[in-house]
Amino acid sequence: MYDIKALYEAESIEHAVKLLAEHPEAQIIAGGSDVLVQMREGKRAGKELVSIYGLDEMRGVSFEADGAIRIGSLTSFSHITRDPIIKEHINVLGEAVDMVGGPQIRNIGTIGGNTCNGVTSADSASTLHAWDAVVELTGPNGVRRIPIHDFYIRAGVVDLRPGELQTAIIIPKASYEGYKGHYIKYAMRNAMDIATTGCSVNVKLSSDKMVMEDVRIAYGVAGPVPMRAPQAEEAAKGKTVSGGNVKAFAETVLKDINPRDSWRASKEFRQHIAVVLAERALRESIRLAGGVIDE
Amino acid sequence: MSKQYKLVSCTINGKQVEKMVDVRASLTDMLRDDYRLTSVKKGCEVGECGACNVIIDGECFNSCIYLAVWAEGKEILTLEGLAGPNGEISDIQQAFIDEAAVQCGFCSPGFIMSAVEILEAKREFSDDEIRKLMSGHLCRCTGYENIFRAVKKTMLRRLGKEKEALEV
Repeated sequence: MYDIKALYEAESIEHAVKLLAEHPEAQIIAGGSDVLVQMREGKRAGKELVSIYGLDEMRGVSFEADGAIRIGSLTSFSHITRDPIIKEHINVLGEAVDMVGGPQIRNIGTIGGNTCNGVTSADSASTLHAWDAVVELTGPNGVRRIPIHDFYIRAGVVDLRPGELQTAIIIPKASYEGYKGHYIKYAMRNAMDIATTGCSVNVKLSSDKMVMEDVRIAYGVAGPVPMRAPQAEEAAKGKTVSGGNVKAFAETVLKDINPRDSWRASKEFRQHIAVVLAERALRESIRLAGGVIDE
Repeated sequence: MSKQYKLVSCTINGKQVEKMVDVRASLTDMLRDDYRLTSVKKGCEVGECGACNVIIDGECFNSCIYLAVWAEGKEILTLEGLAGPNGEISDIQQAFIDEAAVQCGFCSPGFIMSAVEILEAKREFSDDEIRKLMSGHLCRCTGYENIFRAVKKTMLRRLGKEKEALEV
């Protein structure tokens, strides 16, 4: 038994918004792999819950009219990994969420929950930042869409206003078309572990595959929230594909990131692996995009 | 608070059932307490050890972090559902015995249900893929090698590869 004060089950998105307005103290529960565990720990014990788990309208991956990829917020990690649209256009997202927890967790955990809990280590978050994802929020005043960068306010706090729930994550066409990316999770174990640092990189090469037209990089656990490394991106943009330029890009990330000491790893160690991961992830992204690195 | 109950109808091990369930119950609570399916173990109760693993609509879930009310309309399979018409055990269970993949036995039902999901895919997985698919379980007795061997052998046998199975 869980210490739940009361449970309200939403029957539609509209109904969920209504329930949240009627019960302002209630916590939203999607897959529950964070909320129920925190409840068990006592952190959220005695709370009212609004369950949105039954809302199948918030599951699945599809194209919007303008070619953007729409991922329903309740889509589970395993369904994202197996989805044909994701496989073809943003394979790295499917690979990143395939590193969350273990198989059973990937069947219950949702991409909406992974972003709404606001933690920096979420395996989906760095890749979504690196692909300029847009978050769709539905509330009493209708639907609003904001860049994922603005959605994260500080550690554990996201821009989810009273009565709102996250209904989808959108990857605009301009963000994915022509890009290839790679995610590396550095952790102590291959399963059931949280990233010491995670790094997601993607690149768009010129048609002759010689120039990096655009490079984007984002980290988890390099700061209190998932973050991009803009100075490193600038250092690589427009440069030729070469070992020296990849290395210079990787070393520049230290100007952007701000990791801390924690029981998982020291600041110095995180800085070290951030550089190594940036180099490896960019090398792999270039390879996936059809480029060859001139040593 | 006043107790809150909800009627939950679902299919458990092929049988259509329904019961009034306390909304605070996990699926583990419901399966153990209301249906006496005690293969579903209470281990960590926070989704880490996999002892409570069951198959819901063809996918594995840790029933300890799954609300019982979410079972409405779902098809649930527990270890008890693997038994034949006269109570015979299944090939994967026999393989766990033959390979000494069981010591205390507490993790076994959860492991076996993950193995069932693998076997139901009806294809040959690499060693690394099997390890990854079984990685949501903790076993503190066997050191995993015997469990791995039991799963791999059964997978090969079901694919008609008896000779390869003997070499595992």
